[in-house]
Amino acid sequence: MKKARPTPLEYTRKRWFQLVMLFNFIFLYFPIVALVAFSFNNSRRNITWNGFTFKYYVKAFHNESLFDAFLNSLIVAGISTVVSTILGAMLGLALYRFKFPAKNAFDGWIHLPIIIPEICMGVAMLAFFSRLNITLGLFTITVSHIAFSLPFVAVVVRARMAGFDHSLEEAARDLGANQWQTFKDVTLPYMMPGVVAGALLALTLSLDDFVITFFTSGPGSTTLPIKIFSMVRFSVTPEVNAASTVLIVITLILSVGTMVIQARGGKDKGLPI
Amino acid sequence: MENWRDNKLVAAILIVPASAWILIFFTLPLVIVWVFSFGERGPQGQTFLAFTLDNYARALELIHLGILWKSIWTAAITTLICFILGFPLALGVAFAPARYKNLLLLLVILPFWTNLLIRTYAWIAVLRTRGFLNFGLEWVHGKLDALFSLVKLPDVMGTFQPLALLYNHSAVIIGLVYVALPFLVLPIYATLEKLDRSLMEASLDLGAGQWRTMAFVTIPLAFPGILSGLMLVFILSLGTYLTPVLLGGTDSMMIGNLIAQEFGPARDWPFGSALSFLLLYITFIILWIRAVVARRSKGVSY
Repeated sequence: MKKARPTPLEYTRKRWFQLVMLFNFIFLYFPIVALVAFSFNNSRRNITWNGFTFKYYVKAFHNESLFDAFLNSLIVAGISTVVSTILGAMLGLALYRFKFPAKNAFDGWIHLPIIIPEICMGVAMLAFFSRLNITLGLFTITVSHIAFSLPFVAVVVRARMAGFDHSLEEAARDLGANQWQTFKDVTLPYMMPGVVAGALLALTLSLDDFVITFFTSGPGSTTLPIKIFSMVRFSVTPEVNAASTVLIVITLILSVGTMVIQARGGKDKGLPI
Repeated sequence: MENWRDNKLVAAILIVPASAWILIFFTLPLVIVWVFSFGERGPQGQTFLAFTLDNYARALELIHLGILWKSIWTAAITTLICFILGFPLALGVAFAPARYKNLLLLLVILPFWTNLLIRTYAWIAVLRTRGFLNFGLEWVHGKLDALFSLVKLPDVMGTFQPLALLYNHSAVIIGLVYVALPFLVLPIYATLEKLDRSLMEASLDLGAGQWRTMAFVTIPLAFPGILSGLMLVFILSLGTYLTPVLLGGTDSMMIGNLIAQEFGPARDWPFGSALSFLLLYITFIILWIRAVVARRSKGVSY
């Protein structure tokens, strides 16, 4: 049977439109795919394919400073995720639940860390810590990461709560539950997919951050992106590709996990970011 | 929504910790930089508090204004290219058949989650002298050369000279477009998705062509989302630090790099602070424009 001609709004069934989209996706994926593919290439020159190997992963794994940087990243991201998720979820819930004076202004202020250029926040944190004579290290990195991750968690949790049926809470109260019981048994279970998605987002943001970490890290507190940066400034090596691939895979798992959780939550509003 | 007065304790428990964190570890640092921007640099690079506008005056000197101007037009070109590439992509995803839509959306979002540094670094391998692009060009050159010698043409092609694609400002723009593209596609997709399609169909039924419908119906209806995307990309590119460092050449310095330099090797924090606030003010103006436009065009929320 012959397929029907595309209707006017079926853009994706038009040949030239498919070409435009294809170009976009090649543009978006070619560099990353090439980077990942060549981390398995058995050649230092990194341009012609010389067979499959894992040796650069082994090398990267045995590179002590690279591995230390990876551990530092995990420590920072772990602590930052826990703190920013708890504080951010509370804030998101409050923004959903309460109205208070100057709420719009408060809203704008609380979301500033999301929108201002990273470089401005980076140098501000540097100025702040040096003014207080706090030595730069894992502590300062973690504190800064919490500050920029927290609003993201609040946004995700608030979006999740937007679909919440408030009468459920009222019913619980009518049936004799106190505030805490109502929160624990009614509100929190509904909120949970948002909290988990927010936590995964905070984890990804922390693992990925370069600019703010760059300004708040000291000599002994190199994180993985900072280490990769210092390596790529000199040359393109397969070890860097291997380390990058590891980071890509981790964030890929985290982000797909976030999207799955948000999609399962149903009734989602807004974008899966 | 509950009034906070009816439940003061719970409201305070929920709001105060996060607000305190943002206040101390975000707002206060910005205030310090703001105060520094009126300060003076000591002979050893110390920062003395003072009240002088010299740092702002210096920021507006020709050499620094040039860097600011370069940042602005770089961000503008990046935004334009992102729109040309990204609008059809957003349209395609929004109007794709239901069964492909989520997959396409995922394909747009995935690079957005990938590390910024790694995405930028990936372009070094593509653009450098012995990179994938030059390698591909060399291959094409070789094939053409063989073809020409086959038909006994004189050696018109010459030997292959790799193009200098990396470490210049074009590379910076490519890198910025690459990093920012999803930020443009997602808000536009979100508005197109919610758009009332019968309006577009009506326009087509009433005899307007695809392009006219696009220009006079679809784009105006999706305008808040488009503006949102454009401004996100502009802000992101304007304040970039990493891309010019990794992909740029000697002439690619942008405002972010100048700020970093003043806080780093140059050790002139007051001047760096003034530049930082100049960048922030531009960002705020853009956000303000967006808020005004959003308020005027209620109805389509995004």
